[in-house]
Formats: sequence, structure tokens, C-alpha cells
Amino acid sequence: MAEELAETLPRSPGVRPRSAPGAVLSRAAWGLRAYGFIAAMWVRSTMAYRASFAIMLAANFATTSLDFAAIMIMFAQVDALGGFALPEVAFLYGTSCVAFGLSDLLLGSAERVGRRVRDGTMDVLLTRPVPVLAQLAADRFSLRRLGRITQGSLVLGWSVLRLELEWTPGRIAMVCSMVLCGAAIFGCVFVLGGAFQFWAQDASEVQNAFTYGGTTLLQYPPTLFGKELVRGVTFVVPLAFVNWLPALHVLGRDDPLGLPGWADYAAPFVALLCCALTGLVWRAGLRAYRSTGS
Amino acid sequence: MHLLRLNFAVAVSGFRRYATYRVATAAGVFTNTVFGFILAYTFIALWHERPHLGGYDQSQALTFVWIGQAMLASVAVMGGGFQDEFSERIRNGDVAIDLYRPVDLQLWWLAADLGRAAFQLLGRGVVPLAVGALAFDLALPASPGSWLLFLLAVLLALVVSFALRYLVALCGFWLLDATGLNALSTLLSLFFSGMLLPLTVFPGAFGETARLLPWSATLQVPADVLLGAQPGGAAAGLAFQTGWALVLLAAGRALQTVATRKVVVQGG
Repeated sequence: MAEELAETLPRSPGVRPRSAPGAVLSRAAWGLRAYGFIAAMWVRSTMAYRASFAIMLAANFATTSLDFAAIMIMFAQVDALGGFALPEVAFLYGTSCVAFGLSDLLLGSAERVGRRVRDGTMDVLLTRPVPVLAQLAADRFSLRRLGRITQGSLVLGWSVLRLELEWTPGRIAMVCSMVLCGAAIFGCVFVLGGAFQFWAQDASEVQNAFTYGGTTLLQYPPTLFGKELVRGVTFVVPLAFVNWLPALHVLGRDDPLGLPGWADYAAPFVALLCCALTGLVWRAGLRAYRSTGS
Repeated sequence: MHLLRLNFAVAVSGFRRYATYRVATAAGVFTNTVFGFILAYTFIALWHERPHLGGYDQSQALTFVWIGQAMLASVAVMGGGFQDEFSERIRNGDVAIDLYRPVDLQLWWLAADLGRAAFQLLGRGVVPLAVGALAFDLALPASPGSWLLFLLAVLLALVVSFALRYLVALCGFWLLDATGLNALSTLLSLFFSGMLLPLTVFPGAFGETARLLPWSATLQVPADVLLGAQPGGAAAGLAFQTGWALVLLAAGRALQTVATRKVVVQGG
């Protein structure tokens, strides 16, 4: 597989002089293709130990199930939490979990920047004619993260069956957009966290507060939390657009901040804006990189 | 005396080793605090619906949240600490070097892990608890006696947590790749320590059983000792922890004896 990869590398458009917008696009396409190659290599390497993979997949599934088990235990004691019944909380849980699971699968490895800077392997990535972000994100690509996506999808499916809503095409489109835009927003958080580690190598745990903390926060109704916190995750770290705002719209509830109606549909634009900003920060971070020389 | 001095030195170096990473510690404090806030708000909603759920009032429930966040790193609820290092040494054979050192294997790792835990209790525990106490109305005791009992319960919790992780790591002698077992152990620890929800909230016989398992000695019992909510008083809680600590350390010692007979050192 390594030889196969090496054969494909010299054809990379990354080595050509880049200036025209077309070159940027072709570089992005090459980045995606390279991501595919590296991810496929890691999948093949994991599949060499099938039993180990099966155990890890099951463990991933079970670990994320615990969060929902805690919610089930809560609902064994109460009928509603913050005015939301179990199927509604399950809907929030499912959308948050699937969106986060997708971004974790595709970009979760970007959190390893600090370690690579410390042990000096970041230099290796810079010498290859493949975008650094593609290499980092695909590094140790692991399908066991499908465990979280599967578990979230099951809960989401159950909630969709239990919610007594009419599933109009509009609502279905909303759910799909929640998962995709949510994954993009969480993905930006992963990459921003990685970029931050160019400046603070040991601070990788800070991003856990926004990634794992974020998905936990979004599993619960916004009515539980203080207004300042809800404002913070709407306007500063726009996690509220992952599922809170669109989900409240689907569930036919008012949002606690009383935002204008178009905010419910703003997720795709917020996601695009996040991606653009993240791109800039990532480049700045990469430029600020100083090799440790070890 | 010599043994005591040696293990103390090992513990001190464990403390200093973790104290080196100041940025990482600050990052951990930040994350613990954020999680503390998220959990605190969900607990407020839950106790608002059912005011005396699990025998706690709301401020006791909130105290439980912040005690949990303060102890999370120290008692290694999510695994880690010496465990990763020891597993790796078993996998790559470096454990042979540990075995011919003139020190006891179990005591060596216990001392190192207690040193780490002492640092993480101070470095990652104090600030989140202080922030929680400032932001919410917590039921923290005023008498120094209760805090001393709590510290004793934390020490026992650290020993029980070590003994459990030592058993898991020793299984690496047979499994070689302990990743799956580590994941299972984290899972059990996370759920049955009371980290996600206090075990007193678990319903019926399931809850009763959960409170008898060793994981409850790592978080539920110390929190109850601090809150004065331990059934039978603090002494019963400490006795429960001591019992599990002795049983698990003895099991670790027995398994270690069997495991080290398996070690074959190739070459010289």
C-alpha cells in the first residue's frame, strides 16, 4: 500500500505553481483524493486485526450508549426535563450524536497536532506533496468511530418514530441539513482545536470542552441552561446551529433567545462561514509552526 | 524504613513528572469546569422536577457534580495514569527490566500512581471545585473533620482505582493487546463510579447492586462521605472502601505471581 501511495504522489498537482482559482480547486480535489488514499490504507491496516476491530467498534458503541442510558435513567424518575419529553430529548440527542460522530470520523484525528509537534513528526507531513490538513485528518482514520454514528442513528430513528409529527419533506430536509451542517460545524471545531495546538502544544484537552462538551450540551434542551450559556453557543461558538435552533423549529417550539425566524434556517450559512474562518486560522497556525528539531 | 523512603521517592517523582505539564493542566481544568457547568444545569433541571431524588437536595446534587469533576483526573475514572505505560511495558517486554529491579512491582506502580494522583487532585481538582462553589450554592461542610474524612476517602478511592487498573493491565500478559479490555474497564468505571449520574439515582435492585461494586468506592463513597449522606455514616463508607482495596490488591498480587511466571526473556 505504501508503494501504491508513493506511485501516485509524483502526479500531485500540489507541486505545480499555483496561482489561478482553478489551481486552488484542483489542489482541494487532490487533497480529498489523498485523504481517501490514506484513509483506505488505515482501514486495510485495521482490518488485519478483525477481532480487535470488532471489540473496539462494540466498545465505541457501548461508551456512547452510556450517555443515553443516563438520560433513560433520568426519565425513569421524571416525565419531562426542562419541559421536553423523552422522544424530544432523544431527537436532540440523536441529531447531536450523529453530527458529532460524522465529524469525529472524518476529522477527529486533527486533534493530534500537539503530539506531532512535540515528537517532531510534523516535519514529515510538510515534506510530502499533500495538503497537511488532509494528511493529519486521515491519519489513524478509524472505522470504529462508526459505533457512535450507529448508536446516534438508532436513537434518532427511534425518536422520529415516537414523535407525533407529520414528516413533511420540509421537516425531513431539516433533519438531513442538521446532520450535515452540524458535522461541518463540529469539524471546524476539531480543526480549530488542532490549529490552536500550533501555538499551545500541550493544550489539546481544551478542545474536548468544545467537541465532547459541545455534543453533550446539545443532547439536552436549551431551556435547561442559563441564557448567557445559550447566547455563548449561538453567537461565539455557533454550536446552537448544529441542532438546537433547527430542532426547535422541527419540534414546533420557541427558541429561548427569541431569535428571528430565519435563524432556524441559517445553519448552512453558519457552517460555510465557519469553514472559511477555520481555513484562515488553520493557515495562520501552520505558518506559525516552529519545528522542535527533535 | 528503607522501603518506605524508596516508595515515597517514587511517589514524589510521579508528582513532579505530572507537575511539569502546566499548559496541559490548565487545559484540563478548563475542560473539567465546562463539563461541570453542563452537568450542573442538567442536574438542576432534574432536581427541580424531583426535589429529593436519590436522597439529595439540589445543593447536594450540585456538590456531587463538582466533586466528580474535581476527582475525575485524580482517580482516573476514564483510565490512564500508570495504566497505559504499564500495559505498553508488558506489550513490548520492558516489564522484564521492572521485574529484575530490587523493588516490588505492585508497590512501585502504586507509589508512582499515587504521586500522579496527588498532583492531579491539587492541580486539576481545586480550581473546578472553587469555580463550582462560586457559581452555584454547594453543600460543602464547614468542619475540618469532614474534610479530613473526605481526604481519607479520596486516598482509599485512589488505591481502589489503582488496584482495579492494575488487574486490567496485568491481563496484558495473556492478551498482549489490552486495548479492548481497557475500553471495557473505562466503560464500567465511568458508569458504576457515579460519574454520569449518582448511583443513588439508579432505580431499584440495579442501583443497590451498583452501590456494592468496587467502582462505587472510587467516586460515590467519597462524595457521600463529604456530603454526610453515606448510609451508616462515614465509617461504614471507609470500611467498604478498605475492604475492596484489600481484596483487589490481594487479587492483583496473586495474578502478578501467575503472570510473572509466564515472562520469558529472550536473549540478554
